[in-house]
Amino acid sequence: MSVWSENSRAALLSVLILALALLAWELAIPAQHLATEMTEYERLMGGGSARAGIPAPSQVAVKAWEQLSNPFYDAGPNDKGIGIQIAYSLGRVLTGYGMAALIAIPLGFLIGMSPVAYKALNPFIQVLRPISPLAWMPLALFIIQDSEASAIFVIFICSIWPMLLNTAFGVSGVRADWVNVARTHELGSLRTALTVILPAAAPTIITGMRISIGIAWLVIVAAEMLVGGTGIGYYVWNEWNNLDLSSVIFSILLIGIVGMLLDSVFAVLQRRLTYAE
Amino acid sequence: MSKPFVSVELLSQRFPDGKGGRMTVFENASFGIEKGEFVVILGHSGCGKSTIMNILAGLAQPTSGVVTMDGTEISGPSLDRGVVFQNYSLLPWLTALGNVRFGVRARHPDWSRAKVDEVSTEYLSMVGLSAEAIHRKPSQLSGGMRQRVSIARAFANHPKLLLLDEPFGALDALTRGTIQDELLKIWGGTNQTVFMITHDIDEAILLADRILLMTNGPFARVAESVQITIPRPRTRTDIVDHPNYYPIRNHLVQFLGKRSKELAGQASGGAAQSPDRVRIDLTAPPAPAPAHLRAIAE
Ligand SMILES: Nc1ncnc2c1ncn2[C@@H]1O[C@H](COP(=O)(O)OP(=O)(O)O)[C@@H](O)[C@H]1O
Ligand SMILES: [Mg+2]
Repeated sequence: MSVWSENSRAALLSVLILALALLAWELAIPAQHLATEMTEYERLMGGGSARAGIPAPSQVAVKAWEQLSNPFYDAGPNDKGIGIQIAYSLGRVLTGYGMAALIAIPLGFLIGMSPVAYKALNPFIQVLRPISPLAWMPLALFIIQDSEASAIFVIFICSIWPMLLNTAFGVSGVRADWVNVARTHELGSLRTALTVILPAAAPTIITGMRISIGIAWLVIVAAEMLVGGTGIGYYVWNEWNNLDLSSVIFSILLIGIVGMLLDSVFAVLQRRLTYAE
Repeated sequence: MSKPFVSVELLSQRFPDGKGGRMTVFENASFGIEKGEFVVILGHSGCGKSTIMNILAGLAQPTSGVVTMDGTEISGPSLDRGVVFQNYSLLPWLTALGNVRFGVRARHPDWSRAKVDEVSTEYLSMVGLSAEAIHRKPSQLSGGMRQRVSIARAFANHPKLLLLDEPFGALDALTRGTIQDELLKIWGGTNQTVFMITHDIDEAILLADRILLMTNGPFARVAESVQITIPRPRTRTDIVDHPNYYPIRNHLVQFLGKRSKELAGQASGGAAQSPDRVRIDLTAPPAPAPAHLRAIAE
């Protein structure tokens, strides 16, 4: 065993745990009739009901294969491929998140540079930040009068705070020595901001962006369950209504994987921009 | 009498003392630095050396008084005054080359990238950084190498006045020695005016044309200006054999050990506080003046 590196041992262990968990799950599900094998009578009596129908991993895998082999089909409002649903969700998340970043990062810069602005705005931020983003939904629907834009607004409002606070915190913490280097080199305020303060605060800013994208991805599922229509959140809810639990479990897994991918993009950025003093 | 190149006139600095009152670091300090001169200021920790230097750099405003350079008043930081800070102040996300490039690009915004690179590399090799080391980040360099980068960044910009705040304070004695030699070598080829802070007596004698001695604070004074009457080029091994070395060194040790405390804490009473000029020279032909073993105040 000792010839194996720590990483390969950990990977082996992960695979083992996965295999055991899947096996336990598979064995725990009592043998079922496939829906096609049921009589018309059984089906009408609820033989395919939720309680009876917690699917085994093999059934989820079949469903996943089916969905992933044709992810972009579009057969009307209630029947779209999983790829299309994910694309809708990602589109909303990136739009709301992008708008939040466009406001939070410059504003955070100003707040971070000015102790007065920091103290003046802090009470507002402290009150607005703990509000569950979904609590804004009724107000957003009423004011914006558009469910699509309301979902984007909810993403916007939930992703703005970590970016704003982290940017302000990172900028205010930039070492005076580095700013003095800029000053003795006669850099203007814009060049100082771009060539000294931004790279100095970048690791903290990216941490804020990483927290925000995580929250946005958590919130989009709930928001789409509320507003309906399209998106992975709506898809989960719709499949639950269809009592297709294989699809529900498959989409839960997919939500996790997409979230992990989004996070890892920022992990890579964070590693690039972090510096040792 | 024309004004010196850098002229410090009636400079005072007071800070809030944290108890509602005000603490006077120094008052009405007045001295000058000539063009091409290497001036070292020597004094105990906390007497106000960095405060003076930050005012010269334009990074801090004095409570009262003015500093002029080349006839114009210093009112803010300028590329004409290069600063090497004690803690190097390299930007940690840039490589050694990137840090020097940062300075060169600020000085010559019109230069092409290739030209900026060429000059930056040249100055880095001048301070003894290998072609491999210049692509490392400061965190991957030793303290001595970081300070070399910082010196290269300052020299590459050809400031009219180079300000060094205890540049070797954080280095071990051996490294300090080699970098002092390095600094002397680079400085020798230029006509660079240098103002440097240190609390190391031997370093001061090796490098300086003139040493300003500062008393302890508060109400610190630049009390003496000691001419270093040892010809250049100097090396650390040769200067100790010069007849003036030990008399000068003794004078400095006495000052820092005793008189810096005795002279401390006296308000100026509004008068300009100029340093007494001291010249110790045992090699000079016997003058009609009495014994020349003691300092001669002019
Ligand atoms: N910004 C400041 N506010 C209050 N006191 C200060 C400030 N800067 C320096 N001082 C005080 O001024 C005195 C001189 O400091 P400094 O110039 O750093 O000394 P040195 O460089 O000679 O060791 C010290 O007593 C220090 O505490
Ligand atoms: Mg100091």
